[in-house]
Amino acid sequence: MAQLGVKIHDLELKNPVTVASGTFGFGEEMAQFVDLNKLGGMFVKGLTLKNREGNDYPRMAETASGMLNAVGLQNKGIDYFEDHIYPNIKDYDTHIIANVNGGTIEEYVELTERLNALDRVTAIELNISCPNVKAGGMLFGTSCPSAIAVTEAVRKVYKKTLIVKLSPNVTHIAEFAQAVEGAGADSISLINTLVGMAIDAEKRKPILSTITGGLSGPAIKPVALRMVWQCAKAVKIPIFGIGGIMNATDAIEFLLAGAAAIQVGTANFIDPKISEKIITGIDEYCERHGVKDVNELIGALEI
Amino acid sequence: MGHFFMIKSNKIVEEHIVTRVENPSPGNYFITFQAPVDLPEIKPGNFAEIQVPDAPDVFLRRPFSFLDVDYEKRLVSFYIKVIGKGTKKLAALKVGDKTNLIYPLGNAYKIAEPNSKVLVVGGGSGIAPFILLGKAFRQNNIEATFLIGGRSKADVLLTKELEAFGKVLSTTEDGSMGEKGMVTHHSVFKPNNFTFDKVYTCGPDPMMKAVGDLATNAGIPCEASLENMMACGFGICLCCVTPTHEGNKRVCLEGPVFNVNYLKWHN
Ligand SMILES: Cc1cc2nc3c(=O)[nH]c(=O)nc-3n(C[C@H](O)[C@H](O)[C@H](O)COP(=O)(O)OP(=O)(O)OC[C@H]3O[C@@H](n4cnc5c(N)ncnc54)[C@H](O)[C@@H]3O)c2cc1C
Ligand SMILES: Cc1cc2nc3c(=O)[nH]c(=O)nc-3n(C[C@H](O)[C@H](O)[C@H](O)COP(=O)(O)O)c2cc1C
Ligand code: FES
Repeated sequence: MAQLGVKIHDLELKNPVTVASGTFGFGEEMAQFVDLNKLGGMFVKGLTLKNREGNDYPRMAETASGMLNAVGLQNKGIDYFEDHIYPNIKDYDTHIIANVNGGTIEEYVELTERLNALDRVTAIELNISCPNVKAGGMLFGTSCPSAIAVTEAVRKVYKKTLIVKLSPNVTHIAEFAQAVEGAGADSISLINTLVGMAIDAEKRKPILSTITGGLSGPAIKPVALRMVWQCAKAVKIPIFGIGGIMNATDAIEFLLAGAAAIQVGTANFIDPKISEKIITGIDEYCERHGVKDVNELIGALEI
Repeated sequence: MGHFFMIKSNKIVEEHIVTRVENPSPGNYFITFQAPVDLPEIKPGNFAEIQVPDAPDVFLRRPFSFLDVDYEKRLVSFYIKVIGKGTKKLAALKVGDKTNLIYPLGNAYKIAEPNSKVLVVGGGSGIAPFILLGKAFRQNNIEATFLIGGRSKADVLLTKELEAFGKVLSTTEDGSMGEKGMVTHHSVFKPNNFTFDKVYTCGPDPMMKAVGDLATNAGIPCEASLENMMACGFGICLCCVTPTHEGNKRVCLEGPVFNVNYLKWHN
């Protein structure tokens, strides 16, 4: 067995495999499929201050090697999380990382302050890249000054590991990576979904109620790999690689491109046990390649 | 952090083998799979997420209600109506083929009081859960009437099988079987006939809404099983939601069976 532990700022992950926000619920539903204690970390469903009902159905369209979603951050808000969800998940031996969303900087800050107080939420992921909400979300993640402003404001109040999740819907993603690094982020995660669209030709109508949505799955993996690689060259802080990871080989590719850890997203829908399988698969790869420590793979792409 | 815990699961994620494929009429298939392990308890209204094998153009699993279950032989069967690319691939499965199934998923129909009288209304692939429902009725000595609607005779399936559990009525739009017209125009809904303790429905949304309204107006409780599009089927993606009086609920987890008055079907 290779040494699989990786370090993301203050976070010691027992292995580089975590699960992506919005694709694993709050872990509760998944505990019947996966031993959550085995995961490097768990990015739980996007949280907001107040209850959000999300967008209207239909919220999903299957596409070639992927899917579009327009969930729109449906969640019951931080009060509900504190009272009814956190108590059920806090004793798992994995990092619980909250995905923080807001319509304004003040909302991001207020939510962060609440999460600061929860011992077992060991890090937050600032989502400035959700394409499915009208206010906030991706608006913060597609303008460098806004990305800096929200990261700085949250940094001031957040004491633990601060991860900022970048949007791929920009021309030069490395500039955003550098901008949030400068604003105090301890780590970045990328990519969130790519804005896309699906049309029902028979009905001459868009499939999603919101017309456009976020594309995820293997279809976006080449874009995600390229972006992780570009960002890894541009910043010193560790990166969570995300986008279309379906198996251990995909995960290894992200590590080679420069990610220190990865998040498994849409793949959970198809095989709810996949995250555990990826951990085993990474270990097997290390064995096969004589790698004693998974950290040897990070950024080890030979060019 | 010494005291971590694990949840015991009743869910199966397993490779199954096809043991039987029937094609009772064009576009309609009954497919039976054998599980490699003992079956968990499967209730009427539960569904499975079936992986569509060897279909690179089908990315997600597809949800199907259980048609029938044989615990002894570890068999589960489904009624698959071909409507698009995934169902077409599944319909082409042959005995001996393998694919992965996840189940049991979703909630279940609530079985009416013993000795009561119920009406079950379905159309299209919505009739799939009725066999398991019928078995539960029989156990509880419930007097059941099944009403199946279709475009023509070839769409009205399972009538023979359902006769084991109660009276079977039908409607067809072309009049080739049963009463002619839409299912909701059947004479069973006439005030003198519409005397049931509970109504169950599964099928196309407009049909279920109409049946739900008829039941509600007559003061009869009604449960409907929804077939929203799903990405996961086990509660984590929030893609399958339906509006209810308590906000958006996941059809795959809080449903697929809902009391019609809980749903916000009419804005
Ligand atoms: C809980 C549940 C139980 C079900 N039980 C059964 C069953 O027992 N037997 C059965 O035959 N089917 C059942 N279905 C429906 C079945 O899942 C779909 O017919 C199937 O997923 C279609 O896949 P496809 O690849 O063939 O169609 P696609 O190629 O994906 O789609 C073809 C067309 O149908 C539309 N469509 C696809 N799925 C749906 C949907 N769920 N609602 C509305 N429009 C849709 C698409 O938008 C598209 O226009 C059930 C669905 C649910 C949610
Ligand atoms: C249904 C769905 C819901 C999502 N919800 C969130 C969310 O709440 N917050 C967030 O930061 N990302 C969310 N995402 C994006 C994923 O975390 C991930 O960045 C993206 O899907 C790409 O990875 P993948 O291709 O492995 O799925 C969501 C994705 C999907 C498919
Ligand atoms: S289909 Fe994913 S939550 Fe219901």
